Amino acid sequence: MGIAPTPGIPQAIPARAGLSAVRSARGPEKPNYLAAILFLLPAAILLLVFLLYPAIYTVLLSFNRGRNGVFDQWVGLDNYVRLFSDPDFINLSTFPPSGALWNNVLWIVFYTSIVIFLGLIIAVVAARVRYESVIKAVVFIPMAIAATALAVIWKFVYSPDANIGLLNAILGAFGVAPISWLGDEHIVNFALIGVGIWGSVGFATVILSAAVKSIPAEVIESARVEGANERQIFFRMILPMVSLPISVLAVTLVVNVIKLFDLIYVMTFGGPGKASRVIAFTMYQQAFQAGQYGYGSAVAVVMLVVLIPIMIYNVRRFRTGAVT
Amino acid sequence: MSVLAAAPMAGSRPRTPAGRVVAALNRSVIHVALGLIGVIWLVPTLGLLVTSFRPRSDIQATGWWDIFQLHLTLDNYRQVLEAQGMLQAFMNTVFIAVPSTLLPLAICALAAFAFSWIRFPFRDTLFLIVIAFLLVPVQVAFIPLLTMSRDLLPDLQLTRGYGAIWLAHTAFALPFGIFLLRNFFITLPPDMIEAARIDGASDFRVFSTIVVPVSVPAIAAYGIFQFLWVWNDLLMALVFVQDTSKAPMTRAIQNLLSQYGTEWHLLAAGAFLLMIVPLIVFFSLQRYFVQGLLAGSIK
Repeated sequence: MGIAPTPGIPQAIPARAGLSAVRSARGPEKPNYLAAILFLLPAAILLLVFLLYPAIYTVLLSFNRGRNGVFDQWVGLDNYVRLFSDPDFINLSTFPPSGALWNNVLWIVFYTSIVIFLGLIIAVVAARVRYESVIKAVVFIPMAIAATALAVIWKFVYSPDANIGLLNAILGAFGVAPISWLGDEHIVNFALIGVGIWGSVGFATVILSAAVKSIPAEVIESARVEGANERQIFFRMILPMVSLPISVLAVTLVVNVIKLFDLIYVMTFGGPGKASRVIAFTMYQQAFQAGQYGYGSAVAVVMLVVLIPIMIYNVRRFRTGAVT
Repeated sequence: MSVLAAAPMAGSRPRTPAGRVVAALNRSVIHVALGLIGVIWLVPTLGLLVTSFRPRSDIQATGWWDIFQLHLTLDNYRQVLEAQGMLQAFMNTVFIAVPSTLLPLAICALAAFAFSWIRFPFRDTLFLIVIAFLLVPVQVAFIPLLTMSRDLLPDLQLTRGYGAIWLAHTAFALPFGIFLLRNFFITLPPDMIEAARIDGASDFRVFSTIVVPVSVPAIAAYGIFQFLWVWNDLLMALVFVQDTSKAPMTRAIQNLLSQYGTEWHLLAAGAFLLMIVPLIVFFSLQRYFVQGLLAGSIK
């Protein structure tokens, strides 16, 4: 889906990049303040003005009514209370639960696990055929193109019109009545997750294929000589050895889900009704269509808070430089 | 060399005829499964491509998979480029994407050099802050930046032109770019840099004549990544480009969709125009592209 690893996610962190590994002899002994300031100044100004200051502003605005984006009336936790009692945001009183936040949970569970599962299977199986690079390139193509284009491609596939929608045309050939993939509130989220999976499997395949190939050939060969069968080799050797890349990939995909917007906006606009909204869509809708800036800020803060544990995880991993 | 590429079911070659049949079946299962995957990943895009060349009346009469009804035309492209303003939108996308790629490249390279080859207090702490910034969602910046450009800098009219979107894309690209380039810069041999310093080269000279030239692959990989990211973006363009005549292709296609939801001939041609540049970049620079994705990945 577009380029899934949003510029914002370290796909993984090489061991040698950890701080402990490189504390040694980089740069001359004497600190050079002037050079440091000159080289860092452009980045520092942009990060302070366009990232840090707005983030603080948004956190404060979430405790305000924030009409027109300015601080007009402090309301305490009111925005958050309203947000979490809004059934369109999260509704746990029904089964299954519903609401934008719940849809993100559905995405995290199904999208993340299926992308990793398919990516690993394709990486391992394609490695056994001569046309491996072709298969990898084919599943990777959706990564290069915009989520907006993916949305159009799949609007065609899902169309209920028998002359447009390939999926319903195939079902029709077996005598099944057309299904409204994007018009049925019980199906729409899974139809969208399917598009997300289609868009991201290539990324998982490329990452996991590199990881699988880094396993020394001798290790696998000696296991074969000892009489291990293919299944044992996969579950007892390959899987444990790629568990770290899998966890990094899982984190990347979860971050993708939390930031997911373009695909939903173009394909369903959160519909039918409000059935396929996700948190980033709700933020946009509340702030820019309903004009509720304070309330919209609260949604943005929820996004930030959900991402903070992952931030801490990244910083920790990096500080220790421990990857293996 | 790949472990698993080594001959299908390698190791114990089956000795009995029955064993050989089983092995061949296993192999054909693999080919069928991979073939199916190839079909599932190609056909939807292929359908869009074929549809974009079919006349409107044909699209409504039969499915694109009906190869007996194949008349090709460029009318859809002509119509979407001219009447629907997609040519202007294409140019707008270029105007947005080029500065939004070059600016972060330059700024990230400078900062990454400081984080790798200049000594200053709190260098490591500041770098950890950059890593924390990696995950700050753009949503937290929307309202303050719009308010700021409206109230503090009304004369600049940042959201009327491209100023706001260039700066927003650049700022939110920095953490990733600095991270990626710094991780590459620190792998350069220290001797090379120290030797230049002993010869009296200034930091900027070391940066511009040594570090940047030898880092071209890493810089290119990041540049491609950032370029495609901006090219494909819809969300930032929705928020920061308020003059509709300056909106990029992603927004133009979204407009087509909401105005004429069932004008499939226009949608298909428009979506393909949006995809064409990323596809060219992908197929011609695949090596850099995959490197960019794997950059900093597991070795």
